Amino acid sequence: MKLIVIGCGRVGSTIAKRFASEGWDVTAVDEKEAALSRLGENWTGGFIVGHGMDASVLRDAGIEEADAVVVSTDGDNTNLVIGQVAQKRFGIDCTVVRILDPARADFYRERGLRTICPTATAIDALTEAVRSCDIPQSRQEASV
Amino acid sequence: MYVLIAGGGKMGANVMRTLLRNGHEATVVEQDRDRFERLESEFEHQAMHGDGTELFVLEKAGIKRPPDLVLALTGDDEDNMVISQLAREKYSVPKVIARVNDPRNQPHFDLLGISPTVCATSSILGLVEHEVPEHDLVHLLELRKENLEIVEVQIDKGSPCAGKTVEKLSLPEGSRLISVMRDGNAEIAVGSTELRPGDQVLAILQPGKEDELRRILLKK
Repeated sequence: MKLIVIGCGRVGSTIAKRFASEGWDVTAVDEKEAALSRLGENWTGGFIVGHGMDASVLRDAGIEEADAVVVSTDGDNTNLVIGQVAQKRFGIDCTVVRILDPARADFYRERGLRTICPTATAIDALTEAVRSCDIPQSRQEASV
Repeated sequence: MYVLIAGGGKMGANVMRTLLRNGHEATVVEQDRDRFERLESEFEHQAMHGDGTELFVLEKAGIKRPPDLVLALTGDDEDNMVISQLAREKYSVPKVIARVNDPRNQPHFDLLGISPTVCATSSILGLVEHEVPEHDLVHLLELRKENLEIVEVQIDKGSPCAGKTVEKLSLPEGSRLISVMRDGNAEIAVGSTELRPGDQVLAILQPGKEDELRRILLKK
């Protein structure tokens, strides 16, 4: 199985390494060559320096044979455009896009793009964490 | 008319100024603090500070009314594409015009159905092409919605079509000759029109047929 990861930061590089360790053929794409170091010294997968908006960079990364694409650059709008290009132009059904803004993530999800919103996840997790705190009775009364 | 402009750089500010002068209602949204302050001193409450790709910013600027026209004029193509998609598909804005900063991103705008678009670089290149004396096939106009384009072809002595009438040419399917310009006079091209060296011919065709047309008219 072939995976392309566009945006090789903390999130992208970790996903790339995880799938590579499971035997996937993984190619990472990043604008900065320095991002290669995030993949570790033993990285045997592909790495392409270039912007994910550039269709020739995506082709060099092998998007035409890809089974899945993860888009995780640091720009929401860049991710939204690259995600739609992967989905509509290259026909990759399994295109997953990281979007920090919950509102844009919802809108594009409704339109059929698989958006993952870490902000929404963090809001839920933090809310849940507060609710599950064991707050002493006396403190609760004092605050009322 | 109510117009919402995203991006208040030189282009956005000038469009804003002209629209207001012509009696239209307009709001300009700018993300950069310094630039916003300059806009605010000129346009007062009609300038808004914020990221025009954020839904709540667009809503504060009045996109829910919706405006008659949204102009996505930021210096970032990804932002312009997202603004255009939000305006059209989420807020049902009847018309959206987007600026293309890097002509290499034009296919992305087309893919996402964003039209019309305006690209200064492409316009300049088109004009430069027109100025080059040995130009053979020049793009004059792209009709994106119709998926057609109008080109100009210069017929020279070695052209295989010189001396032939239009009906004798096996023009590619999806193309037609419109007119022939000779000695400063233009004539509508009909079947019996004969092509001669020096003629400037206008043709309408589907994009991608240029090479075929070039081969039949110019053999290059």
